[in-house]
Order: sequence, then C-alpha cells, then structure tokens
Amino acid sequence: MAAEHAPNASEYIIHHLTHLNSLGHKQAALVDWSVFHLDTLFWSISLGMLAVLILARAAAKATSGVPGRFQAAVEILVEMVESQSKSIVHGDRSFVAPLALTVFVWIFLMNAMDLLPVDLLPRLWGGVYAAAGHDPAHAYMRVVPTADLNATLGLSLGVLLLCLYYNVKIKGFGGWVHELFTAPFGSHPLLYPINFAMQMVEFVAKTVSHGMRLFGNMYAGELIFMLIALMGAAWAGSASSAMLWVGGVIAGTAWAIFHILIITLQAFIFMMLTLVYIGQAHEAH
Amino acid sequence: MNLNATLFAQLVVFLILAWFTMKFVWPPIMKALDERAGKIADGLAAADKARADLAHAGQKAIEEMRKARESATVARTAAEAQVAKLIEDARNEGAAIVKAAREVAEGEAAVASQRAREALRDQVATLAVAGAERILRKEINAQAHAALLTQLKSEL
Repeated sequence: MAAEHAPNASEYIIHHLTHLNSLGHKQAALVDWSVFHLDTLFWSISLGMLAVLILARAAAKATSGVPGRFQAAVEILVEMVESQSKSIVHGDRSFVAPLALTVFVWIFLMNAMDLLPVDLLPRLWGGVYAAAGHDPAHAYMRVVPTADLNATLGLSLGVLLLCLYYNVKIKGFGGWVHELFTAPFGSHPLLYPINFAMQMVEFVAKTVSHGMRLFGNMYAGELIFMLIALMGAAWAGSASSAMLWVGGVIAGTAWAIFHILIITLQAFIFMMLTLVYIGQAHEAH
Repeated sequence: MNLNATLFAQLVVFLILAWFTMKFVWPPIMKALDERAGKIADGLAAADKARADLAHAGQKAIEEMRKARESATVARTAAEAQVAKLIEDARNEGAAIVKAAREVAEGEAAVASQRAREALRDQVATLAVAGAERILRKEINAQAHAALLTQLKSEL
C-alpha cells in the first residue's frame, strides 16, 4: 500500500483536486470525451433535483392567501428573478424566467457545497471506499460541482445553445445570418468577413468567460479552504504549530463567512449573464 | 482541470431542470402571486370605497342632527306657545268664574238685605202697633185696622 504515511501538503491537495471519474484513475489527456466525472455528476444532479423539488413543493402549495415563511421566501426569490428577467429580456419570457430561476438556485446550491468542511464528504467517501475493500488513498471525491470546469462550461454551453435558438426564433434564420455579417460594423461587402469574425469571437468569448468565471471563483475558493485545512492540520504540539492551528480556525471562519457572499454573488452573476446573453439574442442590432 | 463528457451531461441536466422549472414551478407561483396582487388591489379599492362611504355617512349624520335640532326647536317653540295660551285661558276662565261668583254673591246679598228690610218693616209695624196699644191702653183690632197698618207699613 502506497500511503501508510500521512500525506504531505502537496499530496493532500492533489488528492482533493482529483475527480472520481469513470476511469478510476486521474485522466491523462486534457480532453477525453469518453470519461465522466462521477462525483460532479452525482452532486450536481442530486442538488439540481433537490432544487427543483424544493421549488416544486413551494409551487404546489402556493396560494394567493397569506403566505407562510417558506412560500414567502420562494416568492421573494421568484419575484427577484422575474423583475430582473423582465428588465433584461424583452419578449416572451415563459421559458427564460424559469431558466434564470433554475440557474440561480441550482448554482447557489452547488456553490454552497463549498461551505461544508472540506474533508467531511471526501473522508466519508474514503471510509465507504475502504469498506468496499479498496485503497482509501485512491478514494477521490470532489463535492463542489461548480469547481469542475466541465460543469460550468456545460452550463455556459447550454446558455449558448439557447442564445442561438432565440436568435433564430426572434430574427428568423435569414435575419440572424444577415446580422452575423452586417453587425457590428455595418453592411458593406468588405466588412462582411470582419463582422462575422467579430460575431464568432463574441460568441466564444461570452461562453468561455461565462463558464470560466464561475469555475475560477469556486475553484480558487475551494483551494483556499484546502490551504486553511492544512493550517489546521499543522497541529503538532509545538507553540508555532498551535499558532498555525489558531490561525486556521480564524482564517477558516473568515473565509467561510466571506464565501457566503461569493457563492451567492457568483450564482447571481451567472444568472444575470444568462439573462443578458439571451436578452441580446432578442434584440436586433 | 480536464475536459470530458461530464460537460455534455451537465448541459443536458441543465436543460431538463430548466424545462421542469418552466413546467411545474414557475406557473403556479406566478399564478399565486398575480392572484394575491389582484386581491390586494381589490382590498385597497374596497378600503378606499369604505373610507368614502364613511365620510359620506359622517356628512349625513351631521345633516340629520342639524335637522333634528331644528325640528326640536320648532316643537319647543310650539309647546311654549301652547303652554302660554293654556295659562292665559286658565287665567281668563278663573277671572270669569270669580266675577260670576261675585255677582251671584252680590245678588244674593241684595236679596237678603231686601228680605231683612221687609222683615224689619213687619216688626216695626208690629212694634208700632204694640207701642200704640200701650199708648192708647186699649186694644186695637188688628183686623179692623189692617188697612191702616198696611198703609203705615208701606210708608216706612
């Protein structure tokens, strides 16, 4: 068995950053479309179901009478999303507004996994893995789906597809193609290629930045929780290590409190950008 | 930081969740919100109407009180006039009764004094006869001298 000794700092972090995938070991190639991240899929789908079930429960019990606290909380959320979508997207919002609500609640829940103790679920999974007769050193589990680039790019690709759909739906296929070649610089044969190139850059930049922004924030947040956990793990009886432990408690508390803001803000930003991009698809240049 | 098929799975899950929300979450909540907004609007309108009604009712009450006060004044005036008239009538009647009683009493007094005078005359005549008898020491026949005595009586 490889890891009889406690892992050093770099091993600890690498272990925490390795996904449980369908290969059973770390994916070698940067891109491999035959592999699935099982942990990301499990947590994102679980949290997504949780989100829509909570919302569906509120919806099923919604009355126009005096609302209870739970109903009022969901209504505040819905009203917030509704007013934002109304101000950004001009047109039929029967799908766009619920989409924005889903995005916000789902991403918020996925981000909130960051607030669980960084070792809690991986350690439990390690126990299950060991109980099943495997080496717990290879029990990989990442619990924050939004700290996986696949998850966030999957979301932003979904938004891109919706943008393309609404472009065609609102402007017609011909109108959209016309816009691709004549905006933003104007309708002149010499400008067609430049316009088209700009449009392509715009779509790619939107999508990549949309997914990367959320991923980067959550990945960095997760990494900092790991570093703080390392500070706490430095406890070894000496005065300086005790100081590190105290520092770990203080830093962990501060970062977790700050992270409450970040997870909410990132979920909100993702929702707003989703609305903005789809709103742009609704407006002719 | 590897890209793999998780990406597409996530995309599909995303669209399914959004569809679910659109189908089962959004419409009932928006319906409840719209209905409540309608109810609140109705409630506010009803409150406005009630306030207007209240103001109207207050005006009406003031008007009614004014009318009642006026009619009370009229009634009091009439009652006072009637009372004054009753007192006046009673006074007049009393005066008339007193006057009539006095007249009756005076008449009776006159009759009585007349009667007394006549009785006195009779007695004077008798006295005069008795005196004359004594003076004359002889009996005068009253029947024989009745004419004389009647004459004497009427001269008194």
